[in-house]
Amino acid sequence: MLIRKAPRFKSSEITDERVYLDRRTFMAGTAALVLGGGEALAATPPAPLAPLKAARSEAFSVKEPATKEESATTYNNFYEFGVNKEDPSRLAHTLRTRPWTVKVEGLVGKPKTFDIDELIRLFPLEERVYALRCVEAWSMIIPWIGFPLASLLKRVEPTSQAKFVEFTTLQDPEQFPGQKPGLFGMSSLDWPYIEGLRLDEALHPLTLLTVGMYGRMLPNQNGAPVRVVIPWKYGFKSAKSIVRIRVVADQPKTAWEKASPQEYGFYSNVNPNVSHPRWSQATERRIGEFRRRNTPMFNGYADQVASLYTGLDLKKFY
Amino acid sequence: MASHTPPLLGSAPAQPWRSSISGVSRVTRRGRIVLKTAVWVGALAPLGWLLYRTATDRLGANPIDEITDRLGDWTLRLLLVSLTMTPLRLLFDLSWPVTLRRLLGLFAFFYASLHLSVWMVLDHFFDWPTMGADVVKRPYITVGMTALLLLIPLAVTSTTGMIRRLGARAWRRLHRLVYLAAIAAVLHYLWLAKVGVLDPYWYAAALVVLLGVRGWDVARRAVRRRRGRSVPGVSSPATP
Repeated sequence: MLIRKAPRFKSSEITDERVYLDRRTFMAGTAALVLGGGEALAATPPAPLAPLKAARSEAFSVKEPATKEESATTYNNFYEFGVNKEDPSRLAHTLRTRPWTVKVEGLVGKPKTFDIDELIRLFPLEERVYALRCVEAWSMIIPWIGFPLASLLKRVEPTSQAKFVEFTTLQDPEQFPGQKPGLFGMSSLDWPYIEGLRLDEALHPLTLLTVGMYGRMLPNQNGAPVRVVIPWKYGFKSAKSIVRIRVVADQPKTAWEKASPQEYGFYSNVNPNVSHPRWSQATERRIGEFRRRNTPMFNGYADQVASLYTGLDLKKFY
Repeated sequence: MASHTPPLLGSAPAQPWRSSISGVSRVTRRGRIVLKTAVWVGALAPLGWLLYRTATDRLGANPIDEITDRLGDWTLRLLLVSLTMTPLRLLFDLSWPVTLRRLLGLFAFFYASLHLSVWMVLDHFFDWPTMGADVVKRPYITVGMTALLLLIPLAVTSTTGMIRRLGARAWRRLHRLVYLAAIAAVLHYLWLAKVGVLDPYWYAAALVVLLGVRGWDVARRAVRRRRGRSVPGVSSPATP
């Protein structure tokens, strides 16, 4: 006798593979909703960043493989979001980068406030693969997209008294949770974040006003919508989320100088021969590599920038 | 005098005037097994988690720094927990925590050894000249190394046999080195942490409280001794 067993479920009941694979996302989303309430909605992963087209400038690029993008966007020092390296990527959604303006002012003939989208279209964008050396003795290779800061500065016409350029990062504790006063009203840094360069450093062709990386717009945790990148200096010199660029006569007092002047000087050029007071700068760990490597003078850009510092005692002006 | 009792082997001395309390806090053999098992599980769990994250590539962009930092965290935590056992006896008349003190201390030493090994092998890959220069030139490394060196004699003499051989009094005096080791370990973290990182200050505050309780106990006993009153139960010297 033939016994026909009816199937216990219809094929239409089989979960679609895509839905099946999505179950973690669903669970994570549900958990986030339960735990975080309304805030969880804002914490859902942001839409992928818009692609940004730019031709690579080989003359300004190092010939080393780029660091994994995931590393460059999850291992960040950006005190505005918090002091831990995972804070910026975790809290990046709190920053709103539109609308955004950058005020360029000070000792210039034509001060102007630029809308960010206007700024991005102002000059041809190029991709440059730079070495990034953190003062904490680790490094990355990052394909940035931007244009030379010199182009912008020339457009606003610095006057003859102009000696320095000062960068100011957005100050808004609502968008930058790291700027909220902590325990006993303590603050990690004196906000807003101020950085600065000598005018000749700011006009150097390597100094890049940066709006993208890895072929896309800058992620918030990397300093969106606009930052500066100065590859021969320790990373903290490269101010992020800039709202003001001021051309001045006196050397700006930078955030890290205020916090710890004996450790973080105005120049902060990458220099293997001048130790941080607490650790050696002779070697670095390239993110993604196992063994330490030697740190080159000026982070490998000595040929291009050493002439800026002829006659300057780099031990004194660290 | 309580100092005749090997300090780590069990219950507090009988105290007739609060026998009910000591009665409650005295640990049975079975209770001790349960407590020690809990310490083993609790102390090894962070290492298990770290190994799991290593195996599944979840250590982030800078795995060597991450491993070093987490092992350092757990060294300090276990050291401070081991230093919490005596204050629990002094403040709440609990005797069972003291039975866990040596085990917790040994786990702190275990994590400290891993922390140092990772620094030597993964971070510097046996670059002895560089490491030597760091130990001499970088105060945070100097104190860190000091902390670890101070823990070695304590780990070596941690067995019951060694307590017998040294005598309880000498053993206890030797093991006061843990106070110095803890101070050095907290300084190590305070001096290496960057601006705005508050964790080392919490550890420092905890250590001040834990050593403060002992100081208060010593002072209390001194005052009572001067008054010529013998108070049972507060006569044993503060021990690690």
